[in-house]
Amino acid sequence: MIVPYTHVILLAALLFLAGMICTVLRRNLIMLLLGLEIMLNAAAVAFVGAGLHLQQIEGQAAALFILAVAAAEVSVGLALIVCIYRQTGTLDPECIEADACELE
Amino acid sequence: MSVYSIFFYLIAAVMILSTALAVTRKNMVHAVLFLVISFLASALLFFLLGAPLPGILEVVIYAGAIMVLFLFVVMMIRIRAPEGSGFLFWHYLGAGGLSAVYVAACLLLIRHAGPGTGAPMAAAVAAPADFGQYLFERHWLGIEIVSLLLLVALIGVFHLGLSRAGQRSGKGGAH
Repeated sequence: MIVPYTHVILLAALLFLAGMICTVLRRNLIMLLLGLEIMLNAAAVAFVGAGLHLQQIEGQAAALFILAVAAAEVSVGLALIVCIYRQTGTLDPECIEADACELE
Repeated sequence: MSVYSIFFYLIAAVMILSTALAVTRKNMVHAVLFLVISFLASALLFFLLGAPLPGILEVVIYAGAIMVLFLFVVMMIRIRAPEGSGFLFWHYLGAGGLSAVYVAACLLLIRHAGPGTGAPMAAAVAAPADFGQYLFERHWLGIEIVSLLLLVALIGVFHLGLSRAGQRSGKGGAH
């Protein structure tokens, strides 16, 4: 006997909320990507918890696929961030598009 | 309250606390290190929920590879200007509204969860060998697609790096 299923889902929801807040409120491309990672991890926790609740191994398979997709996403995202940084010299999402913030 | 549930609440507290600390740090190196703690705790949680193989992979891929990649990039990039935090009022309003809708949806879903969700779950473990066999029997196409996705990501990253290097050498040749 471990814990009720709702507690696992509540934990995953809180983690997802933290990731969402990080993605929405931080003005830094790297922190934005970190927020995405937190959200993906929360989804994996929810999948594993649901797999245990339903006594299905399927949830763990979904968590494994989430891990692989996160690895691909973060490598491409970080390469893009380094590219953007070399070209514009900033990590602020607002400054990238145009001359919104003039760099000295 | 069994020893498993005590472990669960301990791990959950560590996860939430370290994630909250990571989200609010100004220093990105500290944020990444707190996130490593959070991912190690979630690997423990996977073990507790009977998923040893995803737990191991969480340590290797998430806490190992992805976070080290983040650390590399954070240390490679020197941030000159401190991170701005000046948002307009309606930005905060939008974020708060989004969060409120999300929390309301979550509470509604949890309240109206199906039968048996309030009772403690029985412990079960999927042995890694069984899990791997299941994965390759039922999800072989998904595994192939994921491997192709990783290959595409690799080629994309190479292309990004190479095009930048070519641009720079082209510029150097023009001078």
